[in-house]
Amino acid sequence: MNMIEVNNVSMRFNMAKEKHESLKEYFLAAVQGKLQFEEFYALRDVSLKVEKGEFHGLIGLNGSGKSTLLKIISGVFKPTAGSVTVHGSIAPLIELGAGFDMDLTARENIFLNGTVLGLTPQYIREKFDEIVEFSELRDFLDVPLKNYSSGMVARIGFSIATVTKPDVLIADEILSVGDFMFQEKCEERMRQLMSGGTTVLLVSHSIGQVERMCDRVTWLEKGRVRMSGGAREVCDAYRALDEQAASAQRAAAKKPMEVKKD
Amino acid sequence: MQLLKAYAHDFWRYRYLLQNLIGRDFKLKYRRSVLGVAWSVLNPLLMNIVMVVVFSTILDMRGSGIKNFPVYLLIGQLLFSFFTEGTSSAMGSMLGAAPLIKKVYIPKYIFPLERVCFAMVNCLFSFIALILMMILTGAELHATVFLALYPLVTLFLFTLGVGLMLAAATVFFRDVMHLWGVFTTALMYFSAIFYDPLQMGSFTVGGTELNVSQVIRFNPLYWYITGFRATVLDGTGLTWSMVWICGLCAVLALALGLIVFRRQQDKFVLHI
Ligand SMILES: Nc1ncnc2c1ncn2[C@@H]1O[C@H](COP(=O)(O)OP(=O)(O)OP(=O)(O)O)[C@@H](O)[C@H]1O
Ligand SMILES: [Mg+2]
Repeated sequence: MNMIEVNNVSMRFNMAKEKHESLKEYFLAAVQGKLQFEEFYALRDVSLKVEKGEFHGLIGLNGSGKSTLLKIISGVFKPTAGSVTVHGSIAPLIELGAGFDMDLTARENIFLNGTVLGLTPQYIREKFDEIVEFSELRDFLDVPLKNYSSGMVARIGFSIATVTKPDVLIADEILSVGDFMFQEKCEERMRQLMSGGTTVLLVSHSIGQVERMCDRVTWLEKGRVRMSGGAREVCDAYRALDEQAASAQRAAAKKPMEVKKD
Repeated sequence: MQLLKAYAHDFWRYRYLLQNLIGRDFKLKYRRSVLGVAWSVLNPLLMNIVMVVVFSTILDMRGSGIKNFPVYLLIGQLLFSFFTEGTSSAMGSMLGAAPLIKKVYIPKYIFPLERVCFAMVNCLFSFIALILMMILTGAELHATVFLALYPLVTLFLFTLGVGLMLAAATVFFRDVMHLWGVFTTALMYFSAIFYDPLQMGSFTVGGTELNVSQVIRFNPLYWYITGFRATVLDGTGLTWSMVWICGLCAVLALALGLIVFRRQQDKFVLHI
């Protein structure tokens, strides 16, 4: 069964050269006929199917549309064209600790963030110890989050988000913040969830990690699917791009030198 | 109808979030203040004393016939400040929620709703000030006081509706915030907060003579405030016109607010 179905999704952003945030600016621009938007497609005709229990990786260079795709799947953006279906409950980790309030303590934030993710206070209370245990931050529970390091914030965020057993877990570069010990722990937790039947869609710039953890991988390039298939195969192709780019760079670097010779 | 059903479903699903957001606002508002929640009571009380002094000694605008001017004034102040606080904080709510709604899907109207609820919580706290003032001035307690719930609830819905419209508009044009500040200041003088419109004369605009007590009927806030006074202070109960005007304004504002907000909400995330 397909847990996530993305059908021919395109996402267009209006890249206003200057954003008109006040009426005066807007009217001035409208009068001067400057009210043009540069249309920009962050995604073009992307289709993706993720099966139940699959660990799916999403790779691509900066700005290739990975985060945009995840946001569309989790409902933050509405696609300009195409459709998305997700079966079952979804835990979106677009950024850890969405809705954390830096002025509140970790304890208060656990409840706030939990309810943002749709958990009930009763459930959070039951699982509270588990969350704190996993994040290893018991001593800091009553400290406002603004006094946390970013890795510590991420720990709390990850602990809350994975305490449920979601049907679909969507993770955008969340493993990169923690230290290596915590990263291992997170990978372990993800595997645990997987064995419980959770489907994972993971974005990561660590190709090694993607290759190690994922069953299948999709490679996005400038908003289009460049390649989709087995993890090994796609990752190898992606790495080859690195070499290509490197040699292209070398070639580019050589040229000016040659010019100078003349 | 289907729309309402969808809203109700979301509301039920996200009720804990609403609760927690209100709790957060509350904690943040009073954290590090020595008197804490007591300010919700003290603030209107002190304001009231200042205004009573100003309007009954320096500027004599109280007219002659207002029974229990301090309480009359306080009711106007409390309801009006609920409206301004509710609408202006709802107005900025989408911008404030930007970090959140860019990362997780949450029904957007939760945020204006939360702000208006928070304003209502504050308003309810400040009713302690009202009770104190009524005791101090020896105001009678009437059985009709329970009817005050009607203007209060309809005012809440009215404020929510206006707040939703403003929130949607602000996402696209930040100017709305400044305009609204000016508008509410002007509105304050036309809501019969510190005078009785029946005792005010008339004024002329461009050659036509207008009567204050006629003009003020077009201000919905006047009806909510007057309705509340009628039940709490005068003990006369609600007149028919109070009932239908309060109700109609609430329903219209809310319906319009929901429609405008719903039509725009998918675009919000791209503009904040
Ligand atoms: N809200 C937005 N408004 C306008 N353009 C946007 C918006 N969000 C993303 N974009 C554009 O869409 C493109 C894809 O962005 P996206 O964040 O999906 O990239 P990414 O693949 O996640 O990159 P990275 O590896 O750096 O995280 C970028 O060119 C970006 O400028
Ligand atoms: Mg990204």
